[in-house]
Amino acid sequence: MDQLFAHGVGLAVILIVVVKVVVGFAALLGSVTMMIWFERKVISDMQNRIGPNRAGPFGTLQTLADGIKLFFKEDLIPARADRFVFRLAPFLALVPALLIFTVVPIGGVVTIAHHTVELQVADPPIGILVVLAFSSIAVYGTMLAGWSSGSKYPLLGSVRASAQMISYEAAMGLTVVTVILEAHSLSTRAIVDSQATAWWHWNVLRLGVVPFVIFFIAATAELNRPPFDLAEGESELGGGFHPEYSSIRFALFYMAEFGNTITYSAIVVTLFFGGPDGPGFHFVHWLWPILWFLGKTGAFLYVQVWIRAALPRLRYDQLMDLGWKWLIPLSLAWMLVVAGAIESLGWLFGIIGGCALLALVLWRAVVVSRERRSARGSLLPPGRPFRVEALPPRADAGSSASASDLRSLESPGKVGG
Amino acid sequence: MAKYNLGFFGGFVLTLKQVLEPRVTTEYPKEKRPKPPRLHGRHVLNRYEDGMEKCIGCELCAAVCPADCIYVRGLDNPPDHPVSPGERYGYVYEINYLRCIHCDLCVEACPTEAITESKMFEFSFTSRADAVYTKRELLVDDDGRPQQLPWEDWREGDDEHTSGWMRATSPSGAKEYEGSVQWSAELGYGVRAPEGGQSDRRDDEATGNISIREVQRDKIPVRYGGRVR
Repeated sequence: MDQLFAHGVGLAVILIVVVKVVVGFAALLGSVTMMIWFERKVISDMQNRIGPNRAGPFGTLQTLADGIKLFFKEDLIPARADRFVFRLAPFLALVPALLIFTVVPIGGVVTIAHHTVELQVADPPIGILVVLAFSSIAVYGTMLAGWSSGSKYPLLGSVRASAQMISYEAAMGLTVVTVILEAHSLSTRAIVDSQATAWWHWNVLRLGVVPFVIFFIAATAELNRPPFDLAEGESELGGGFHPEYSSIRFALFYMAEFGNTITYSAIVVTLFFGGPDGPGFHFVHWLWPILWFLGKTGAFLYVQVWIRAALPRLRYDQLMDLGWKWLIPLSLAWMLVVAGAIESLGWLFGIIGGCALLALVLWRAVVVSRERRSARGSLLPPGRPFRVEALPPRADAGSSASASDLRSLESPGKVGG
Repeated sequence: MAKYNLGFFGGFVLTLKQVLEPRVTTEYPKEKRPKPPRLHGRHVLNRYEDGMEKCIGCELCAAVCPADCIYVRGLDNPPDHPVSPGERYGYVYEINYLRCIHCDLCVEACPTEAITESKMFEFSFTSRADAVYTKRELLVDDDGRPQQLPWEDWREGDDEHTSGWMRATSPSGAKEYEGSVQWSAELGYGVRAPEGGQSDRRDDEATGNISIREVQRDKIPVRYGGRVR
């Protein structure tokens, strides 16, 4: 519960809330422009280039120049587009991106005019669920943008993007559960407070590193950022779900993308790295937590750009494999282990044993299914289903061989036995 | 060249190392890269050392031009003050740079080395009339320098170099001809040095034959032959 509303809602409280909203909004939009500049500069550093350096000092105003340019470009709506949904979709993408940031604690607790003010726009009791809910709503923005464009490539791009976002949301939600189990609360402020006072209390260590790694991978996929930027395929889909968008509508998608990047880095810091926690000094005591928060978030933003520079894109089936076959089972097992560890030692070892047993059974099932796939008579090559290999040259290219092949094609059920 | 192990984290190490490397970007309008020795730029009409024009108005260049961009009219030299040492001289000489493909065939065809190409190619016009260079623009001035027109981007020393193709020796790769000059002197320059070939007899300074690695040394790390540590 937000302590600001503990003694009723007066004029001062409303004023404080308005100021917080305006400052948070302006800060996020400002950091989005800086993030776009930062990404372009860092990636050009890693590619021996200079990057933007024309507009403003060190090119910092490049994003502003791009925004002004986009604003004055012609706003096209395709003839076959669903006009209402087409106009709605950019806002469905941008508004959740802005709203998620409201629950991120960016500083400590200060007292303004006898009111206890938490340095975050809002501290609802459902806290972290707001993040999951709004990131789900952002999927609508992606999906509807592609669907309403009335064109086939955006539709394909949006199907890819939304399938990816939904898949990785499952793993992400399960890792969030481990944090909630540890903090005994959904409120982001309580989660941050539970990690306070020392770095070895941070969730990244208390929960084992695995939930953090899973959350970070899932967040990267959720953001459609490289190496999971499958929605964007220069060669096959163009820009992904938004090639039909131009002018300021396109800029809104772009802002949403980068706003989400910042927000998710902030969420990673909140959930696993103690948020604004860190050693401070006695003078201007409210400033140090904010600096710690900004520093940690900036580090993760750098890592995001670094990942983009270093890793090649995944193939779509690799993406789905990673999400469904690895991250979701692993995060589920880890959540159970954490729950067991909190309950008692007996539960902990029981659950670890159970998970190991289950993993063994699952692995055996996978092996058996692969053996069946590569059994005699099967047309499919052994191993992974999508690997393309040259078939071995047939010894006799006579009519009898092809006839038997045809038979096995007709009755695939008989292949194994 | 260092060998990188591109395992899972190899890509991260490699990209992070690049941050410390020097930038290879040349910020073009601010600085120019050196031009290749045989670059074909815009033409100049040369003069002999005594100031006489080399062009004799034979129109071979116009005849050979595949883009049909050259227009020449010859005229008999006035006996009292001849323009060229021959019988005739180029009375009209025009090149349309909207058509020219800089193939250098006119240079090859010219019997008196009157027309050669500079390395100057950075020019743009705002009207079609400006694209047609007449004799007034093409002819070198009294110092033997190409004339700098307002719409051309020239830097210090850009007019020093003609295209190296003109000064190529050793035809058909016959090494006994390498470095043996077979062209006449020019106003302001004298006999131009031959293009650097496979022998030691080369004058890179005069021909502008400088390797990019040499000029860009401040941007290239030591291990690749540059100067940056």
